[in-house]
Amino acid sequence: MSGSTVLVHGSLGGSGIPSTPGRARRWVRRLTSGDEIAHLITLIFAASIFLVTVLLVFELYRNSALPRHKFGWNFFVTSTWDPVAENFGALPFIYGTVVTSILALLIAVPLGVGGAIFLSELAPPRISDALTFVIELLAAVPSVIYGVLGVFVLVPLLRNYGEPVLKSTLGFLPLFQGPMYGVGFLAAGLVLAIMVVPFILSVSREVLLAVPLDQREAALALGATRWETTWKVVVPYARSGIFGSVFLALARALGETMAVTMVIGNDPKVAASLFAPGYSIAAVIANEFTEATGDLYTQALIELGLVLFILTFILNGLARLLILATTARGSEHA
Amino acid sequence: MGGSATRTVMAPVPQPDKAGEAVPATKPGGPKIAVRSLNFYYGPRQILFDINLSVAEKKITALIGPSGCGKSTFLRTLNRMYETVPRARAEGELLLDGEEMLGMDVAALRRRVGMVFQKSNPFPKSIFENVAYGLRVNGHEPGKRLADLVEHSLRRAALWDEVKDHLHKSAHALSGGQQQRLCIARGLAVDPEVLLLDEPCSALDPIATAKIEELLFTLKDSCTIVIVTHNMQQAARVAEFTGFFLLGKLIEFNESRVIFKNPSRKETEDYITGRFG
Amino acid sequence: MNYRLLWRKTVNNIMLALTGVCALVTVAILFFILGYLVWNGGRDINWAFLTQLPKPVGETGGGMANAIVGSAKLLLVAALVGIPVGFIGGVYLSEFGGSAFPAVVRYTADLLNGVPSIVMGIFAYTVVVLPMHHFSALAGGLALGVMLIPIVLRTTEEFLRAVPQSLREGALALGANKWRAISSVVIPAAFRGIATGMLLSLARVAGETAPLLFTSFGNRFWSHGFNEATSSLPVMIYTYAISAYEDWHRQAWAAGLVLLALVLVANIGARVILARRQSPARG
Repeated sequence: MSGSTVLVHGSLGGSGIPSTPGRARRWVRRLTSGDEIAHLITLIFAASIFLVTVLLVFELYRNSALPRHKFGWNFFVTSTWDPVAENFGALPFIYGTVVTSILALLIAVPLGVGGAIFLSELAPPRISDALTFVIELLAAVPSVIYGVLGVFVLVPLLRNYGEPVLKSTLGFLPLFQGPMYGVGFLAAGLVLAIMVVPFILSVSREVLLAVPLDQREAALALGATRWETTWKVVVPYARSGIFGSVFLALARALGETMAVTMVIGNDPKVAASLFAPGYSIAAVIANEFTEATGDLYTQALIELGLVLFILTFILNGLARLLILATTARGSEHA
Repeated sequence: MGGSATRTVMAPVPQPDKAGEAVPATKPGGPKIAVRSLNFYYGPRQILFDINLSVAEKKITALIGPSGCGKSTFLRTLNRMYETVPRARAEGELLLDGEEMLGMDVAALRRRVGMVFQKSNPFPKSIFENVAYGLRVNGHEPGKRLADLVEHSLRRAALWDEVKDHLHKSAHALSGGQQQRLCIARGLAVDPEVLLLDEPCSALDPIATAKIEELLFTLKDSCTIVIVTHNMQQAARVAEFTGFFLLGKLIEFNESRVIFKNPSRKETEDYITGRFG
Repeated sequence: MNYRLLWRKTVNNIMLALTGVCALVTVAILFFILGYLVWNGGRDINWAFLTQLPKPVGETGGGMANAIVGSAKLLLVAALVGIPVGFIGGVYLSEFGGSAFPAVVRYTADLLNGVPSIVMGIFAYTVVVLPMHHFSALAGGLALGVMLIPIVLRTTEEFLRAVPQSLREGALALGANKWRAISSVVIPAAFRGIATGMLLSLARVAGETAPLLFTSFGNRFWSHGFNEATSSLPVMIYTYAISAYEDWHRQAWAAGLVLLALVLVANIGARVILARRQSPARG
């Protein structure tokens, strides 16, 4: 029996290197007893997630080699998209993606943040919960359904009423000039806005709810109205989280494919007017991938996919940092 | 508390300030658990300092002391529950019937040394399944039926009559006191040699507390009991031996009537008389 | 009356109304979508629609039976790929991990979650369609399956973490080893939440169209096994909606209604189940 002091380290799942034969035997027994195997198996599965992601990036990169070598950085500033002459430039798609996303945000952010403020600060709890429930359902509606409604409802509405009205009131702006087809940047931006509002709303609402109670109470105790408390204390506190939700929504809008494809007009041109038909990165991949003849064509589309991936990666990373910042601050105060 | 007539003859209980006094290991009548020079750390911070203590077999030993004195931490070394925390570390000797606890297979150790927690933690399963859990995990004698073993444990925990018609109801349907007795039954099902109780009554009302104390009296004939309590009257009522912890050190350890009537250390006396803690 | 106070109160009420309008507009959109779909698609849903194959172009009638079955096949493959990886990975993150590697896994899962679905389709294309030289349900299912992983991972981890530590300790104190404690106490305790998370994730990918466009592609007939191009509900809706035929437009509405109904039922069902499990333990 051991008579001297024994040094043992308490451990969680990992095992140290056994230092004596007795301990080695015990380590082997632990290994076959199930705990270490379970640890190993679950670790392998978790690691496979990392591996899949790496593989994804690798495949995107590998399969876009041809256009990368042929066009280099010019790919991003050329606006011709000519499959016949095998001349590919990404500019119209980047332009379309950016324009529709910005338009979507301009509409969705006030709506979403306003609604979030209402639901988190001003509304009675039962109404807030019921409405939040419904809005989170909106986030579950498939994109293609928004597209169907866009094509059959929104586009005719725009063509017959919306765009003429805009043209007659704001037609002095180059944004609202030109022929009115219904499809185009405006339609795509509107559809995107509708799709993105639920995200902004629900994330902003959560971020606002995470603001510690004592902040609100301090303001109210000084005689501020509900609105003043909200606008001057709670929202600024949650500001970075709200920005985070906007970035998340932007990332989502950039990658949105089906609804945009169905209403943007599918014309690879850069145009100043919102009434003009355009194209987005996701839309062109969706439309032309199966018809792409030749490797250069296909790989040019894959390179566009790589661009999209990088954009959403950066945006999502920033978004999570911002949201983390707000909730972390909240828990410091708690 | 039993009278002195039933005092067992055994080796003298070592006092903490007499360092190095050996306790015979496997001598009959020797202590059930012997702790020697135990030091305990969370990472770089030391929590327990040179603890020396013997737990007598089939007796109730109580550990008292103010909040944060380390008594619960000490209790959790006795079944190595601290190993769930990454940076916890125990150094020293912990002997169960003379055998080194730190070298044993931890699951086998925990079958022999059971634990009941401060806040009852029944599994979200039926009453029957809660009690049967330890038996299912550790296996049981092939000759006995599981249902009989479950009933036996529930009887030992003085809960059988109250639940015998509801064995398949959820454990969460029971009251707080009943849930704690269920946890005791669950711990008893694997027939442990030692039962560790960490402030088992602190979340319970006086009547439920009284029931559990009564229960402990009946249990000690078959099971060594170590109970951590912040309630001194409870320790005086229930335990034959009491240890007083303060700031991670074992200040005094002796028969309860000595500790409570005639303590030899000033800190003990101060605590008992309520001057602090 | 103090005019400044009156002004502030007025502003307060106006903003209450305005922000309420924002919320109501958002909600109204859902009801509008539902209403329009029911209105337009409802009359075309009948038994024939649900059980027949599409008719040749130009002929009226026909159904989307192959699209329903195709979607089911794709979801099956997706579930086989994504659910085990997400679930077991979630168990790892919650029960075993240290601090560095799990953080990496969580981060990549978040990254994967943010990948646009069409890029996922490209991935499946390069990994399955290219080597096999044809479209298949396998490829489509793989794309959907990879999309499942981050969602299942996150919900599994979240619900496992929510199980109180005292339950784990109770099991360990009874002599169970760590894996036994996890599989017989912790996972069952979290199971309802985990299962609804899986259900919700399946509902989410069931509606995805983009990743299927060049992986499972589409099929006007039954597909045999998992190695052929397969029809699916979302792709069928898309193809019909952008076509030139009035009859196909009507069918697109009907199919859209079916898809939306399935998705909403799954979502509402999941939330109801989750809400019910919040009932507090008595005693």
